[in-house]
Parts: sequence; C-alpha cells; structure tokens
Amino acid sequence: MNKSELIEALYRKESLTEQAASDIVNLVFDGFKEALKAGDRIEIRGFGSFSVREYGAYTGRNPRTGKKVAVQAKRAPFFKVGKGMKKRVNGE
Amino acid sequence: MTKADIINTIHAELGYSKTDAARLVESTFDIIKEQLSDGESVKISRFGNFLVRKKHARKGRNPQTGEEMVILRRQVITFKASQVLRRQINK
Repeated sequence: MNKSELIEALYRKESLTEQAASDIVNLVFDGFKEALKAGDRIEIRGFGSFSVREYGAYTGRNPRTGKKVAVQAKRAPFFKVGKGMKKRVNGE
Repeated sequence: MTKADIINTIHAELGYSKTDAARLVESTFDIIKEQLSDGESVKISRFGNFLVRKKHARKGRNPQTGEEMVILRRQVITFKASQVLRRQINK
C-alpha cells in the first residue's frame, strides 16, 4: 500500500472526499517529519514509536573499492515497533 | 509527540471537532496496522516504508539461563526512512 492507496482506504472507510482524506494523511506524516526534525520522540500507542538516534563518526570502507572513507557523525530516524503490533503481525 | 498532538493539529488546521479528529486519526492508523498485519508493506513517499519481513527459524539461547532453544519462523516490521527524511533530519 502506498500513500494514495492509504488515502483511498481512508476516504472510503470514513465517507470523506479524497481531498479531505489526503489533507489528514499529509498532516499526520508532515507532523511526524517536523517532530523528528526537532529531535522529538513520537509515540503512537498500539503502533510504535519514532526517535532520532545519533551516530558518531567512523572510518568506513567503500565496499566496491575497499578504500577507506571518513563517515561523518549523523542523525537517523529510528522506529521501534509497538508490542501489540509485533504480536499482531505474527497472527497472535 | 503523541496521538493527542496529532488529533489537535487535525482539529486546529482542518476544523474537525476533536471527536471527529480522534476518529479519523485512529482510522488512519487502523488501516496501516491492518495492512501490516496482513503482511503488506506500507510505503509513504517522502517519509519512509514500513516493511514486513519474514524471518526464518533459527537456534538461539535464552540469555538468562543460557539454555538453547529454537526461535520460530516469524514476521517482523521494519521501518526504512526515505532519503528525503534522512536528509531533513541531518540539516
């Protein structure tokens, strides 16, 4: 399922216009994006949580050439699956 | 940020009552959760992909007792952030 299919499922389920469903879905993910940009944690009960993890700089290697490359410190989003969701995906 | 914050944003920006906003946000996550439970990935462009991955059974150990045991075949959800999101977070 991609974003437009999610929007379609939402407007069918809730009898909305496509525009209304699209506004809602976009606000949800834009909100996530803004929170993560600010370094905030997001917690959605029954689904999971997002956080931003800091990774230190390290010396990596180009896997193709074997050459050493300096990898700078970076921040990356991390999603932790919620307990309920972990069980559900296994049919428990 | 929690679901309540998202509900407030939907209420404030789109003019739904808080009750309606809560139902719509709940509905959105329900659809995503149902897809993932069915083993279907959910891909949100410019944000990231929630993928369902199948893990084979393997031997493991109970870290507390050291006892050897079989970890059954299972499915796990992973999130892969889009390049756009990764870039924005590093700005």
